[in-house]
Amino acid sequence: MAKLQAGYLFPEIARRRAAHILKYPDAQVISLGIGDTTEPIPEVITSAMAQRSHSLSTLEGYSGYGAEQGEKKLRAAIASTFYADMGIEESDIFVSDGAKCDISRLQLLFGSNVTMAVQDPSYPAYVDSSVIMGQTGQFQKDIEKYGNIEYMRCSPENGFFPDLSTIQKTDIIFFCSPNNPTGSAATREQLTQLVRFAKENGSIIVYDSAYAMYISDDRPRSIFEIPGAKEVAIETTSFSKYAGFTGVRLGWTVVPKELLFSDGFPVAKDFNRIVCTCFNGASNIAQAGGLACLSPEGLKAMHEVVSFYKDNTKLIVDTFNSLGFKVYGGEHAPYVWVHFPGRSSWDVFAEILEKTHIVTTPGSGFGPGGEGFIRVSAFGHRGNVLEACKRFKLLYK
Amino acid sequence: MYQVQLSACTSIRPSVMLKPRMVQQSREVVQKEQRRVDHRTRVPRNENLEKLRNGYLFPEIAMREAEHLQKYPNFKLINLGIGDTTEPIPDIITSSMVEQAQALSTLEGYRGYGPEHGNKALRKAIADVVYKGLKVKDTEVFVSDGAQCDISRLQLLLGSNVTIAVQDPSFPAYIYSGVIIGQAGEFQEETGKYWNIEYMKCGPQNNLFPNLLTTSRTDVIFFCSPNNPTGHAASRNQLEQLVEFARKNGSIIIYDSAYAAYISDDNSPRSIFEIPGAREVAIEVSSFSKFAGFTGVRLGWTVVPEELLFANGFPVIKDFNRIVYTCFNGASSIAQAGGLACLSPEGLMAIRQVIDYYKENAKILIDTFELLGLKAYGGKNAPYIWVHFPGSRSWDVFDEILEKTHVVTVPGRGFGPGGEEYVRVSAFGHREIILEASKRLKNLYR
Repeated sequence: MAKLQAGYLFPEIARRRAAHILKYPDAQVISLGIGDTTEPIPEVITSAMAQRSHSLSTLEGYSGYGAEQGEKKLRAAIASTFYADMGIEESDIFVSDGAKCDISRLQLLFGSNVTMAVQDPSYPAYVDSSVIMGQTGQFQKDIEKYGNIEYMRCSPENGFFPDLSTIQKTDIIFFCSPNNPTGSAATREQLTQLVRFAKENGSIIVYDSAYAMYISDDRPRSIFEIPGAKEVAIETTSFSKYAGFTGVRLGWTVVPKELLFSDGFPVAKDFNRIVCTCFNGASNIAQAGGLACLSPEGLKAMHEVVSFYKDNTKLIVDTFNSLGFKVYGGEHAPYVWVHFPGRSSWDVFAEILEKTHIVTTPGSGFGPGGEGFIRVSAFGHRGNVLEACKRFKLLYK
Repeated sequence: MYQVQLSACTSIRPSVMLKPRMVQQSREVVQKEQRRVDHRTRVPRNENLEKLRNGYLFPEIAMREAEHLQKYPNFKLINLGIGDTTEPIPDIITSSMVEQAQALSTLEGYRGYGPEHGNKALRKAIADVVYKGLKVKDTEVFVSDGAQCDISRLQLLLGSNVTIAVQDPSFPAYIYSGVIIGQAGEFQEETGKYWNIEYMKCGPQNNLFPNLLTTSRTDVIFFCSPNNPTGHAASRNQLEQLVEFARKNGSIIIYDSAYAAYISDDNSPRSIFEIPGAREVAIEVSSFSKFAGFTGVRLGWTVVPEELLFANGFPVIKDFNRIVYTCFNGASSIAQAGGLACLSPEGLMAIRQVIDYYKENAKILIDTFELLGLKAYGGKNAPYIWVHFPGSRSWDVFDEILEKTHVVTVPGRGFGPGGEEYVRVSAFGHREIILEASKRLKNLYR
């Protein structure tokens, strides 16, 4: 714990935002920082949750403890909706209260004696949970990295996919695609390389696919579309950014039966033990919502919400493009990764906040590879996003 | 390929956005890969998980129950094993959850991420209502998705380099989470204990409270009161001793008060913070599960007092806050709305009725065992009855009761070696089921 640097990134952003509001109480602050969904959840989904809540007051409808791995119907729906034809079964699915929580449970599973690799930049929870678990060395201020973690640089120069020939072997590889914060989504060919790399090195990929529904073309939505992935990968994802479940709390992790530790012991068995000891299942009400999400009507509704945020993303991408910035991401994810060459990202963050009252996220918060970039999230009411674009244009024209 | 027929979703055609494009060639390769699983990763299994013996207790019981059901499909199985609530949640509480769910479809009512430590209104209600008069601040309350989850987060906070003490018998999650995080040594078959964990025996000979004079110092002491499984609620005097013991030894007590609402005795504190000095030595964990029937809804809390400091003076609350921010994303907003309703005056009244219902169940069961001449502990301040079968092995008693009366209980041994010769009977159930169980037990042991 003592090794952890400063606060977790997003509470830090929230603190700065709060301080700004105190300073400018009349300013209309627009939050394009933390990736928090803003649009109401479609009724087909909330009515299922309302129904389940109500049924808990009835004799026939009351249920107590659920299976720690999740309700059978939901697990089956997840398997058939997202993993049909991939050989992933209901029993490989572990329903959770969200990807961030799953990441920590996976760290508990792996223990402190494993090495890990992360993309640089990446979602802070991978590194921070690793530090907490005792897998890392001390933080080295000069290079902004923790000892004993392999940072896989993802930059415009390498198309935001690491040059695997330069990456050291580690036990675990965290890989998020579509990527938070860069918005880059790996191609089938790139993921095939990654799977091969993991296979050759005997590594386990923890594949975070929380933004898969934002993909615009036919590149893979799941690591398990790649042959051989079931023997090297775990996939973790979430309803948060699909169904606006950021506050409702629901996600899942897939641990294929074929994934084995070095002694041949199935990883899923140990993960099951973690889940039964350290967790007690996702809320039954949230799970009812999840099941409604995966009905034909629910899927259609989620598609519409995702499209809305994608339209927001396009507005932001177009804005920064028109201002002459080098803009990345935004095509397969609700994040726009804007380059400010030669500038400190916290300085740019502060400048944008001060002059336009827009909260963004400084790239260095995601690792040293994020320096010189700003992440602009596309979650917001349309009016706010349009207003934000106007203000960006004024500032940078 | 494995296909699952779903009653609700059989005619789904996944939308274009979701359906992956599986090239014909790669599909064949995937099929081939399926038949030949000869790749092992080179990732070593976590040796802490290797140390764990058997399965977790309750899935183990569930397995035996399932086997029994297969063997006797026509007999009505009664489950007094896992402590799972059975009575519906009062309307006043579920209606607030209905409302919150519906609000999420509206512009004004939609909420995204909540604060990781819980909604302020709920934190405040917990501080003001549950800890009335005890000076607990809302900023010291961390709302969670339940005590079992909090225990593991506390273990993450404490890390592998601390020593722990547990009551013997006790709720298995304290030991198992300790093993998983690396606080324990190997399991010793002869004693039924993990090396490096201090087991504080709680038996009738010491009034179901540990003899602190013979207890070794550890960094952390897990203490559950009212106790699962013995049902014993520690007295004020006993808790004063415990706090003094912790203070003297520089230990941290993790006090599990999940069953506090079942206390009947005036002399049994409902919170460790009723004891002077506890704020400098204790963390309290609790839950809405047994309080409000939220076993499936998932809501609980942990109190970390500001005064609680590590050896170097660093406030424990700061580190716990960091754990919560990094490893958790808050309890479900809908569950939290339910929690707030629970703590309203009407909510509390409605919940009291359900708790009294379970306590009446417990009384029926205690009376049954006493009638049969068996020594039954607990049941007065907790929804568990701890029945002594001197000279018997608890799994044998469990098996006999299951085989002959089709009633599921929990063998005391599952809670630690101190549970041998005992069986835990839970008092959750519909009244008629409890009465039926009572009848069957009377027939067996008459």
